[in-house]
Amino acid sequence: MISRTIVRLGVLSVFGRWRGALLLLLPVVLVGLAVVVRVLVGDDTGAAQNTLNAFGLTVAVPLVALLATSGLVAPEIDDGSIAYLLAKPVSRHEIVASKLLVAAGCVLLFAAVPLLVSGLVLRPADPDLALGFGLAGLVGGLAYCSLFAYLSVLTRHAIVVGLIYLLIWEGLLGGLLDGVRWLSITRWARELVDAVAGVRLVEDLPLWYAVAASVVVVLGGAWLTGRRLRGFNLTGDE
Amino acid sequence: MSEIRLDHVSRWYRNVVAVNDVSMTIGPGVTGLLGPNGAGKSTLIALMSGFLAPSSGTVTLDGEPLWRNEAVYRKLGLVPEREALFDYLTGRQFVVANAELHGLPDPGAAAQRALAMIEMTDAQDRRISTYSKGMRQRVKMASALVHDPAVLLLDEPFNGMDPRQRMHLMELLRTMGAEGRTVLFSSHILEEVEQVARQIEVVVAGRHAASGDFGAIRRLMTDRPNRFVLRTSDDRALASVLLADPSVRGARLRAEGGIELEASDFGRFSEVLPRLARDHGIRLLEVSPTDESLESVFAYLVSS
Repeated sequence: MISRTIVRLGVLSVFGRWRGALLLLLPVVLVGLAVVVRVLVGDDTGAAQNTLNAFGLTVAVPLVALLATSGLVAPEIDDGSIAYLLAKPVSRHEIVASKLLVAAGCVLLFAAVPLLVSGLVLRPADPDLALGFGLAGLVGGLAYCSLFAYLSVLTRHAIVVGLIYLLIWEGLLGGLLDGVRWLSITRWARELVDAVAGVRLVEDLPLWYAVAASVVVVLGGAWLTGRRLRGFNLTGDE
Repeated sequence: MSEIRLDHVSRWYRNVVAVNDVSMTIGPGVTGLLGPNGAGKSTLIALMSGFLAPSSGTVTLDGEPLWRNEAVYRKLGLVPEREALFDYLTGRQFVVANAELHGLPDPGAAAQRALAMIEMTDAQDRRISTYSKGMRQRVKMASALVHDPAVLLLDEPFNGMDPRQRMHLMELLRTMGAEGRTVLFSSHILEEVEQVARQIEVVVAGRHAASGDFGAIRRLMTDRPNRFVLRTSDDRALASVLLADPSVRGARLRAEGGIELEASDFGRFSEVLPRLARDHGIRLLEVSPTDESLESVFAYLVSS
C-alpha cells in the first residue's frame, strides 16, 4: 500500500524547496514561545494550556499540515510533473497513501513532537498535558493532511482555500458558534487533550465522536483524493 | 505488437469542441500526428494515454480502455509536452525512480540502459534544474523508455532540440518503429514528420483531416492551388498570356500594381512562368507566394 519510491521523492520534494524552511520555522517559534512563557510566567497551568492550545494546536498544527500536504501534491499538479507518477501501473490510492505518509511524518516531526517538548518545558511536572497535546497534534494534523490533500486535487488554489477555511471556519466561526465543534478538526483534537490530560478545552463533545470523526476525515480524505487522481485530466497548453 | 484505436471520439470542454468525431488506428511503426497549434493534438495524446476521458466514443489499447486503467502503463510510455520535471533530482535519480515505479526487477540497470539510449550518461549526475531544454526532453524520453514499452507516445518531442539532438531522436524513433513498437509523436512541422513517420495522421481544428503515408500527404499538400503575387514590367500582358495556360486558374490585376494569381498545377506553373515571360519580353520583378503558411495548407486539407 506504500511506495517507497514515492515516499523518497516526497521527502526530497518537501526539503528541496523553500517550504522545508517554513516547516522548520513553526516548531522553532512554538518551542521558543514556550520557553519565553515559562521564563516570564513560571510554572502555570493556565498559561501552559493557553500557549499550547492557542498557538500550538490551533495555528502551528494546521499550518504544518497545510505546508507539508500542499507541498507534496499541489506543485506537481500545477506544473504537470504529476504525470510521471500517474503514468505508472501504480494504484492511485497507493500514491496518495505514500504522500500522506510523508505529510504525517512532517506533522509528527514539526508539530506533534514540538508540542510535546513545549508541554514539557511549560509544565515539567505534568507530562500528561504534554502527551495530550502531542497526541492531539498528531491526530489533528493527520486529519488536516487528508483534508488538504483532497483540496489540492480539487482546486489549483489549495493553499488559499485551506487558509480561508482555517481562518473563517476553524477560527472565526468556531469561536462564535458552538455547534461548529461537531465539524471542527481542531476541536476534535482539543477533546483528545481533554481526555488524556484531564483538562477542559472543549465543552460537550464526546470523545468517541472526536476520535471517530478524525478517523473518518483521515480515511475519507485519502480515499477521495485517490479516487480523484484516478480520473486525473492532464492536457497540454492547448 | 500493440494497437491504439479511437472510435468516433469526441472531447469537449463545456461548449468548446477540442476533438470532433475522430476515428483512427495507430499500429506498429512510427506515426506522425500532424496539425497546427491548437488543432487538438495534445488532447488526442491525452486521450490515448489515459489522461483524459472521451466525452463520447472509445479509446482502447489492444482492446482495453485507457481511461481509469493504470495497468495500461505497463506497456505504454508517455513523453508529455510540458517541461516540468522533478528539478530537485539528478537525471539518473529521476529515471531510476521511474523504473522503480514500474516495479522493474533491476531499476538501476534499466535506468542506465535508457540513459545510454538517449545519450545522457555524461550529464546523468547533474540536477535536472541545470539541464537545457534539449536535455530535459531527452531525460523525459529516458523515463518513458525505461520499462521498454510496446507503445510510446510523444507530445511535440522535437521542440527545443538542436539539429544534432533532433537527428538522434529521429533515428531512435525510426529504430523503435522498425522493432515493431507503436510510436506516435505530434508535431506541427511537416518536414519533421515526414522524415520519421511512415504513417501520418493530420488533425485540423479537432477533426481528422487526412490520413496516409507521407507521399500521399505531401501530394495533397503540394497539389493544392497555390497563390502568388507577381510584379512585372507589364502586368496586363503577362496576365493575359498566363491565363491562356492550363496551369493557371485565375489572375487579377491589383489596384496597387502587380498580378494576383492562382495556379492549379504548381509543377507546371513553375516551368511555364519564366518561359512565357521571356518569350514575351516581360521582366519578372517579384514572384512571391501569398499563402504558404501552414494554416492555409491545413485549411485546404480540411476543405478537400
